Amino acid sequence: MALPGAEEGHYALALACVLALAQGVLPLWGAARRRRTLLELAPALCFAQLAALLLSFACLVISAVRDDFSVENVAANSALSKPLLYKITGVWGNHEGSILLWCLILAICGGAVAWFGRGLPLVLKARVLAILGAVSTGFQLFCLLTSDPFARVWPAPADGQGMNPLLQDPGLAFHPPVLYTGYVGFAVPFAFAVAALIEGRVDAAWGRWVRPWAVTAWCFLTLGIAMGSWWSYYVLGWGGYWFWDPVENASLIPWLTGTALVHSAIVVEKRDALRIWTVLLAIATFSFSLSGTFLVRSGILNSVHAFANDPARGLFILLLLALVIGGSLLLFAWRAPSLVSGGIFAPLSREGGLVLNNILLCALCAVVVTGTMYPPFMQILTGRTLSVGKPFFDATTIPLALPLMAAMAAGVLLPWKRGQMRPLLRRLRPAAALAFLGLIGGLATCTGIIPALCAAFAIWVIAGSVTDLALRLGLGRGHGMLKQRLPHLPRAVWGSAIAHIGAGVTVLGLTGMSQAQHRIVELGIGQSVHQGALDWTLTAIRQEKGPNYRATLADLTVSRNGREIAIMHPSRRDFTAQHQVTTDVAIRTNLLRDLYAALGESHGEGKAARHVLRLHVNPLAPWIWLGGVIMALGGALSLSDRRHRFGAPRKPGGQGAGRIARSPSGTADGTGRDPEGVAS
Amino acid sequence: MTIPSRRRLLMALPVAGAGALGLGCWKILSSMEEGGFDPRAIRTEAMRHPLPDFSLGGLPGAGEGFDTRTLSRTGEPVLVNFFASWCIPCVAEMDALRKIARFLPIWGIAYKDRPEDARRFVLRDGSPYRRIGLDPDGMTAIEWGVTGVPESFLVLPGGHIAWHASAALDARQFEEKVLPLTREAK
Amino acid sequence: MSTPSHDRPADRNPAREGPATNAGPDGGRRTATRRMTRKSRRLWLTLTCLICFSAATALVLNAFSSSIVFFMAPSQILARPPVPDRVIRLGGMVVAGSLRRTVEDNVPVNVFDVTDGQAAVTVRFSGILPDLFREGQSVVALGTFRPGHPFAATEVLAKHDETYMPREVAEALKRSGKWDPRFGKPPSAGSWDSMTRNEAREMTGRSAQ
Repeated sequence: MALPGAEEGHYALALACVLALAQGVLPLWGAARRRRTLLELAPALCFAQLAALLLSFACLVISAVRDDFSVENVAANSALSKPLLYKITGVWGNHEGSILLWCLILAICGGAVAWFGRGLPLVLKARVLAILGAVSTGFQLFCLLTSDPFARVWPAPADGQGMNPLLQDPGLAFHPPVLYTGYVGFAVPFAFAVAALIEGRVDAAWGRWVRPWAVTAWCFLTLGIAMGSWWSYYVLGWGGYWFWDPVENASLIPWLTGTALVHSAIVVEKRDALRIWTVLLAIATFSFSLSGTFLVRSGILNSVHAFANDPARGLFILLLLALVIGGSLLLFAWRAPSLVSGGIFAPLSREGGLVLNNILLCALCAVVVTGTMYPPFMQILTGRTLSVGKPFFDATTIPLALPLMAAMAAGVLLPWKRGQMRPLLRRLRPAAALAFLGLIGGLATCTGIIPALCAAFAIWVIAGSVTDLALRLGLGRGHGMLKQRLPHLPRAVWGSAIAHIGAGVTVLGLTGMSQAQHRIVELGIGQSVHQGALDWTLTAIRQEKGPNYRATLADLTVSRNGREIAIMHPSRRDFTAQHQVTTDVAIRTNLLRDLYAALGESHGEGKAARHVLRLHVNPLAPWIWLGGVIMALGGALSLSDRRHRFGAPRKPGGQGAGRIARSPSGTADGTGRDPEGVAS
Repeated sequence: MTIPSRRRLLMALPVAGAGALGLGCWKILSSMEEGGFDPRAIRTEAMRHPLPDFSLGGLPGAGEGFDTRTLSRTGEPVLVNFFASWCIPCVAEMDALRKIARFLPIWGIAYKDRPEDARRFVLRDGSPYRRIGLDPDGMTAIEWGVTGVPESFLVLPGGHIAWHASAALDARQFEEKVLPLTREAK
Repeated sequence: MSTPSHDRPADRNPAREGPATNAGPDGGRRTATRRMTRKSRRLWLTLTCLICFSAATALVLNAFSSSIVFFMAPSQILARPPVPDRVIRLGGMVVAGSLRRTVEDNVPVNVFDVTDGQAAVTVRFSGILPDLFREGQSVVALGTFRPGHPFAATEVLAKHDETYMPREVAEALKRSGKWDPRFGKPPSAGSWDSMTRNEAREMTGRSAQ
């Protein structure tokens, strides 16, 4: 039997588009007309669309693996000599393929809602799926009409163009799927928000349904950002990890609002307040995800990681964005005023802390958006080209991040409803002491007051979370207390504490990295240089041949006081076919500091040859990404909490110490909310 | 149930903000499409500047070379087009150039190209160029401020650059942008 | 406007409902003071919002006035020199043959000229030039300028359009059906605009023989 090829893939994509359209229209119509059959059709359509897209994506992968260069996309991005792994991952390493992956992930999200959301009320579920279907339709149309991944070339070239060698890296290969899952995952809270607006009802149960989806997307986005940053640290060879590039900002902005969403959804769930705000955040987060990914592709934002600069495509995208974002915000403007607003609460309480967190996160987000959008807007208005870089973002984000961290530790130690100052201060005493020690330590080791402050606040956050856990476990109140409480402490509590600790770890890493020492030197063989209390000696330069490149390797011996501690091999790879040279960084880490060496160009011949080296000592650098992973783990842990499972728990009746979420009318599980008046 | 209008106004704020942003993006995109705005452009416009000094040898059998003097002393507008045989967008541009050549003389400059390659490239389906200069080391291209090939400049009699495109030309662009300028000049 | 039916009373006071984990001491004195409290709580919220966002605005405006980096071309920088300590981005093409490398105190120093076709500025940069840096290619240098001195660059970025090419290739392939094999293999995306002066020399040298 012949394997399916590009035509089958194209057909499956078109089929998926039609199915998505049906999924977007029929259930909404069913909900309006109260036709139960149409409502029940939604999950089926959703699965069918997912199956069609899976087939379509599989076809593209098959074309790439079989080196079918008559497919334009494969010809332009693959080559015979490419390893199999990169043939597969190369499928989403270009514009067309990544859009298809984007659509596929959106369909998977829809499928997940249909599968796990069995406890949801029928009408709500149908509406959520319909909205996901409508969004899918738009992007599949975009894929079909402007960036068809299955277009053929005739006659087929004998070999493909190959891929940018910089992208041939395992880290980058799996970065897009994770990041896209993060972006697209926020489509589910968005769909819930729009469905709630159509329905005209937002309550605690809604908050409980939305939260796991938001947390899942948030975990993936966190991981995706961490992976991207790690990639630029060890592949680009510039010694940096974050460049405030529009592409990076495009992922940071939804992360900020997504973090706010995850927190405000807690308030909706537990206190039935902040409802309209949470709906707006859900819409905003997905809108930012969309605009970020797509504006970058339209070429409006000038970026290092350039995508094809195609204004015509950009116009289509803008139209699509206007429909999705504009439509949902119009709906918001129309329906939100009639939603019943929740209560307003004491400033000194858990929910007060969460509100402060939301305000600060949104202020941060506003600052990053301003910094990202200002240059193109100013250019079109005044004609002057300007850019906004690290100094701008440092000057604006750090002063906002510090109070945010200050509130983080205090917030987790506050009770719901109304807290009191004195017990709070008593609880914060150990954290304050540790933070003070951190400040002293920071002042002693760091240059400048701001890194010291950041270190102190990071320790403050970590200590606050640990204190919270300790208090809940009753540590220090006898072994019996611990034994009794440990099994009953909800995983959500563990999760949030761990996520907060992760945030603290990341900030410590960033602080350490700001103290990195780096130097660019030019050495002959046998020469050494003193840098960061270490002696770096260049012992040899070797040439090696790789599969499709020539490599120049350096042997670099690092020693402290004459004792050798590491031998590093930074190298440069010359990809002759692509006329491109890449830098292969050598990193030696002991988790407390990274030794980082990159090899630059060589000048001169023979014995007199001198080699440029970039040497860094980066204290705490791995903590940046470690913190990201810890944050994502914390999120995953809180997802595994029984109360936060996708959909609503079927089993009524609270168990364990932490069962609290309950909407006042006694409809703890979604099944209590029957779709009103559905003809059955 | 009546809703205070203040509340309505508040809830309409997000859509207003998003609308403003969208409008800005649309404006940027449409001017990008017209070629008036390129977020990645990193040089000043060559427009309304006098011609740089250069002198290029010709491509035997395809067209004679030219220099600043010959270019500025033509009595009619000339389209100067930088191309290279190794540049695939140039291959794509050839069709449009052949059509344009019926209305406007085109002088080509072969950028970093081997003469025999350039000759084959130009003569394959009929040359659109009146004259062809060879710029093997790309120095003239630097003088003109070219960042890549293909690029085209409209030079008016007297030696003034009236228009510049840093991408492949097409018929629509030619009709909308270049033709009116040449009519003005005449 | 019709509001969908609600299964609970519309005006609910959260202080009364919604069970919480660590129910704080919330005494029975709420009925008398609720109005007041509600008002003052709203005031708190509004104030916090106002403070945070005005702080953000102030920070942004302050940063705009001090850390925005303007882009300038060589002719602009010579015609209107910027304030000496102001960081600017200088963009243009590297003049072919202008790159000189020296080593000062084990640190490599690169000196090259950047032109926009009308004027050229000498740039001095100590460090590793990016992999995509080529003579005759576009670069952006970040640094400060004082008239009479070379532009002191702290960072040099080479502009590249790796992904610009494939689409054009696709377009070209579509329009012309194929590339002409007589002109050789189509160059890869990375190479078509990154041929250096030396390569061009090599080519012309070879063709002259």
